[in-house]
Amino acid sequence: MAKQMAKDPQKTAVVTELQVIEGNALNIPMYQLLKEDGSVHKGAELPDIDKELALKMFDTMQFIRVLDERMIAAQRQGRISFYLSSLGEEAAAIGSAAALKFEDMIMGQYREQGSLAFRGFTIEQFMNQLFSNAKDLGKGRQMPVHYGSAELNFMTISSPLGTQIPQAAGYAFGQKQSGDKTCTLCYFGEGAASEGDFHAGMNMAAVLKVPAIFFCRNNGYAISTPAAEQFAGDGIAPRAVGYGMKAIRVDGNDIFAVYKATQEARRLAVEENEPVLIEAMSYRMAGHSTSDDPTGYRSREEEEARRVREPMIRFRNWLVKQGWITEEEADAQQKAHKDTVLAALKEAEKVDVPHVDEIITDVYAEPTEALKVQLEELKAHIRKYPDAYPNTSGGVK
Amino acid sequence: MAKMNLLQAINSALDVAMAKNDKVSVFGEDVGHFGGVFRATSGLQEKYGRARCFNTPLVEQGIIGFANGLAAQGSLPVAEIQFGDYIFPAFDQIVNETAKFRYRSGNEFNVGGLTIRTPYGGGIHGGHYHSQSPEAYFAHTPGLKIVMPRNPYQAKGLLLSAIFDPNPVIFMEPKRLYRAAVGEVPEEEYTLPLGKAEVVQEGSDVTVIGWGAQVEVIERAAELAKKDGVSVEIIDLRSILPWDVDTVAKSVMKTGRAVVSQEAPHTMAFGSEVAATIQERCFLYLESPVMRASGLDTPYPLAHEKEYFSDHLKTYEAIKRSLNY
Repeated sequence: MAKQMAKDPQKTAVVTELQVIEGNALNIPMYQLLKEDGSVHKGAELPDIDKELALKMFDTMQFIRVLDERMIAAQRQGRISFYLSSLGEEAAAIGSAAALKFEDMIMGQYREQGSLAFRGFTIEQFMNQLFSNAKDLGKGRQMPVHYGSAELNFMTISSPLGTQIPQAAGYAFGQKQSGDKTCTLCYFGEGAASEGDFHAGMNMAAVLKVPAIFFCRNNGYAISTPAAEQFAGDGIAPRAVGYGMKAIRVDGNDIFAVYKATQEARRLAVEENEPVLIEAMSYRMAGHSTSDDPTGYRSREEEEARRVREPMIRFRNWLVKQGWITEEEADAQQKAHKDTVLAALKEAEKVDVPHVDEIITDVYAEPTEALKVQLEELKAHIRKYPDAYPNTSGGVK
Repeated sequence: MAKMNLLQAINSALDVAMAKNDKVSVFGEDVGHFGGVFRATSGLQEKYGRARCFNTPLVEQGIIGFANGLAAQGSLPVAEIQFGDYIFPAFDQIVNETAKFRYRSGNEFNVGGLTIRTPYGGGIHGGHYHSQSPEAYFAHTPGLKIVMPRNPYQAKGLLLSAIFDPNPVIFMEPKRLYRAAVGEVPEEEYTLPLGKAEVVQEGSDVTVIGWGAQVEVIERAAELAKKDGVSVEIIDLRSILPWDVDTVAKSVMKTGRAVVSQEAPHTMAFGSEVAATIQERCFLYLESPVMRASGLDTPYPLAHEKEYFSDHLKTYEAIKRSLNY
């Protein structure tokens, strides 16, 4: 292999007229196949999706919408401490996850429950995490919505923003080295793209030519901060070009466009070792989480204006027109999800928190002697004051 | 005087500082129109304009780097990091820049005008990333001041001192008490000294030392001890860097016993420094070793928060260990 040389300034084109490149010189258009009413743009080529896959994507979308709505209510009722809805962004998550191979790694930010459900995370697994109970794969350690599953190739969520971006570059580098023809898809929001980790991860991915897809959900808000106060210029996608990386801007509310964009990004990543940045344009119809009230920072009028572009009705209209589902079947499916979600919620609520012994496991591969001593002291303390620690005192008698 | 909760006291301190000196500005994530996720900066943008109270992009290292530059230019920035758990991307800017700006330039330049506000601590079902008490990381860094108030009155007076202190200050606010702690707070300007502890309750049998939200926990433990006939002297350090060794030493020489109660994980929490200094200064006065009640040496868990937390019962038990040694 030829030795890589530093860029020779003599090879750069020379001009004698001063050129100032505008900050918005790259005005990247948005790829869209379905119009807001679910009809197909003239001349648009839909992805090769069969009825079974299309209905699975729609079913996952309906499930997530029911789950989000029910769990927001559960938080309001004080049954769980926190929740974070993906309302309005279901197509971005589900359409991209559907375009991957199951063996591909997904690294989420925290608003991609649709991708996880598409991978096969069960309603019971969702509920056990949300209720931090003994059956939670994460052992009740993290706040609600911090899901993860090694079996489903979905990296456990971490709250700090953007930390997964350089990690995705590293994970994908390992995938490339192993030769198993898989990639890593990394989600984050347009707010997280301001973090230093975004720059670090994008640059390393481009330089090291890793099979990674960086999937930015541009939903217009980082908690209360609108995109206009987050960045100047034409959004996130053009940044890729600065790193020497390929970029796609797609309508995040058009599940077919998202699917096709991700499919092509995956091909580039896996077959050509070209990382790709996808910017999916969407709108966070919900608050950031149950901890904020959007009326404090945006108008009802704005929300209503954006509601018409939401992704599910568009997809549903297309499916109905296609004759793959009837309105009645879609409604019945939604009703069935409501029943399933409620039943699973009631079940998970009854399960105890993890045994207190779990408080020291996984800090290290094996608990240190000092931690074992701390645990014994803690258990002696709980035995002394069982009423003060009602969740665990039953287990240390 | 007015009744204020801790958030209102912070808001009042910022308001007073901004009214007094137009070089004071406040910024951070969601700090502008929304007034911050806890609403500590509510109304300040409306009152002082978008140039003095504004949202930043979502980048902690950027916020503190920007604030360092602004302070070097002669302004008095009050930068907010939304949660103490998210301060770490700014660790380089704080430890290598904020703390060393004056020293490395031979005092040609300084960022003494900088104040970093950040909520810290647990008790709000926040799991790993909305519960930590990271003060000890920063206490290991000469050049910084670190202040942790226990109630609304203290918060306002200490924050006003921090903003106008000629040194950079990290001001860690006990978010568990943001709305829970309510007290009488003067509406006008007043200051409380940095680097000075306060004897919150006088006692004769044992000295219990804490800071921030933990002082309330210690007060509850002292009530339990009182029922056993034990007289507890409670000291709120208020500042942990620099900290008031003299007030602590004087108290321990009187009581002969010392306990530190702290939220952070046991190993290398700031209590380790307090205990070491007490044995240096008070060795011949000590009736028993300095005891510590701390968080466990694990990440901060969600489901086991109660079990993890160094609560009043664990503090009470530490007091008993000190007395019965």
